[in-house]
Amino acid sequence: MPKLTYRDASIAAIRQSMQEDSTVWCVGEDLGRGGVFGQYKGLREEFGEARISDAPISEAAIMGAAFGAAMTGARPVVEMRFSDFALCATDELVNQIAKARFMFGGQSRAPMVVRKPMGLWRSSAAQHSQSLESWYAHIPGLVVACPGTPQDNYSMLKAAIACDDPVVYLEHKGIWDNEGDVNFDEPYEFGKARIRTEGSDVTIVSWSNTANLAVEAAEKLSREGIGAEVIDLRSLWPWDKEAVLGSVAKTGHLVVAHEAVAVGGFGAEVVATVAEQAGHQLKGPVRRLGAPRSLVPYAPNLEDMLRVTTDMIVAAAKDTLEKGK
Amino acid sequence: MTTAGHNFERGRSLLQMMERIRAFEEQACLAAERDKLVLGAIHPSIGQEAVAAGIMHNLEKEDILLSTHRGHGHTLAKGASSLAMMRELLGREGGCCGGKGGSMHIADFDVGMLGANGVVGANITIAAGAAHAIKLAGDKRIVVDIFGDGAINRGPFLEGINWAVVFKLPILFVCEDNQYSATTRTTTMTAGDGAAARAASLGMRSTTVDGNNVELVADTMAEIAARLRAGGAPEFLHAKTYRRTGHTSFDPAGYRPAGEPEEEEKRNDPIARQRAVLQEAGMTLADMDQLHEDAQNEMIDVLKQAADTPFPATETAFEDVQDIGSPAVEAY
Repeated sequence: MPKLTYRDASIAAIRQSMQEDSTVWCVGEDLGRGGVFGQYKGLREEFGEARISDAPISEAAIMGAAFGAAMTGARPVVEMRFSDFALCATDELVNQIAKARFMFGGQSRAPMVVRKPMGLWRSSAAQHSQSLESWYAHIPGLVVACPGTPQDNYSMLKAAIACDDPVVYLEHKGIWDNEGDVNFDEPYEFGKARIRTEGSDVTIVSWSNTANLAVEAAEKLSREGIGAEVIDLRSLWPWDKEAVLGSVAKTGHLVVAHEAVAVGGFGAEVVATVAEQAGHQLKGPVRRLGAPRSLVPYAPNLEDMLRVTTDMIVAAAKDTLEKGK
Repeated sequence: MTTAGHNFERGRSLLQMMERIRAFEEQACLAAERDKLVLGAIHPSIGQEAVAAGIMHNLEKEDILLSTHRGHGHTLAKGASSLAMMRELLGREGGCCGGKGGSMHIADFDVGMLGANGVVGANITIAAGAAHAIKLAGDKRIVVDIFGDGAINRGPFLEGINWAVVFKLPILFVCEDNQYSATTRTTTMTAGDGAAARAASLGMRSTTVDGNNVELVADTMAEIAARLRAGGAPEFLHAKTYRRTGHTSFDPAGYRPAGEPEEEEKRNDPIARQRAVLQEAGMTLADMDQLHEDAQNEMIDVLKQAADTPFPATETAFEDVQDIGSPAVEAY
């Protein structure tokens, strides 16, 4: 099984998809030189400039044109460079792409993937650091993917390209260099979480890079004799309610952790669902970790004030266990 | 000087299509105001029919069209069924979009009509993308994208036109200039020399026509279509016309100068003008009246049939949202 970085896993997924399907078309700013994070490196040489298309700095046109192409037989992979820039193409994504199939009574599909690297990354400040996954989970018509590992960035991107629904694909730009084993034969089904660590004392639900921090937290907790079950949701719409409810039935304790602002974050949806469907099984208060409802600053020590850390997850897990006694 | 003399059959067919569009919209307005059967907003294109008829006359069924919220005429002229369209306006089963889109989202993919749009200017980039896919696939179809004069003040106008030029796509952009942006006169809100000048500034071949002269629109479009089919660069057509109704069928349009619509109707009604051309070419008034009557009868009947069609089954409310995570399976 090859060891690949999170970045190279995505390149492998695109390469294989393009080899298998001649309608797959990558389009976005700076793709010719391999993408702003190198996540298209080598593809231009292999597939040519028509299929690995550079684009003007015209996010609305990139998104809109990809949509028009998707309705006309292409299967576009759209690159937005930073998820923040995708806001320039919000009408195209939310009013057009997400709604076309429905508004046109099923006459069309929009089989496309919109890659939007998100998250905190090296003093990038307020316009290059956001995590807005909950916005997209709120929009009917969209599938929302948040891979956190090289394996998932391979399997999920392949599945996203093959999928006939539009997929908002939110890679975390802080982990392009993370390495891991990648099994090219591992299947992926949207809406299926990955149990990253098993445990019977407390359930920790997370996704994207915060799921990696949750795994570290589980290791720390296990050294103190606490068994944490880390559920990496991987996709937020659809999301794996069964996995979460099943785990909470076992542990009776729930921590939800994500990098996005906590207020209105997707964690609230997870917590509300558990409260509605499994509130009677809870043995301690639910703990929800996310960023304060504030803006991402530039200075590294200020940026850190926004982070959910491994230690915060450990403390939250202990807190719910303590209060449940 | 363009006359129908050299192509009588075409001239007759153009008049017939304009009569059908006019009759469809007159019935749609009656369905809205008199019958209360059209519940949402409809945006009539009465007075603008020459643009739809003249352009679509030169397109094949496989060619692609994108249109606007004021798109009944374009859609009908592209070949959509008048009954399916009227059913859609009434939100009925068997409507073009199963009653889920209504007037503003009418589409008929079987005739290459990839949708009207509720957002002004949004179709410009989408149409460029359709042309991009055609070019990627190496096939020979062409794309026509129609938008109004209000759209030239939106960002996608710049982004989409730049895109089409940069990638040399087989597309014609048509600004159907009815002089009003919703309820505001467009010239009062538009800098510079307008639509064609803006497109030309991006290196696009731009032509301006009298959009109430259907023969001229059809002649111009025939030339443009031939250039695009021969692999030519994308082009721009500015068709000047006039919106005789308000923004919606419910809008009395009191913001217009007194007498303006009446004067436009008298001088510039595209149907009256084409009748004069055809009369000159030898068509009898009786033949022309017959075209009018046939169109009226078709659309009166279509409205009657649509009104007798049931509403869609309620379970379809949750169909065709998405396959993965479908609300038909999990509401939340």
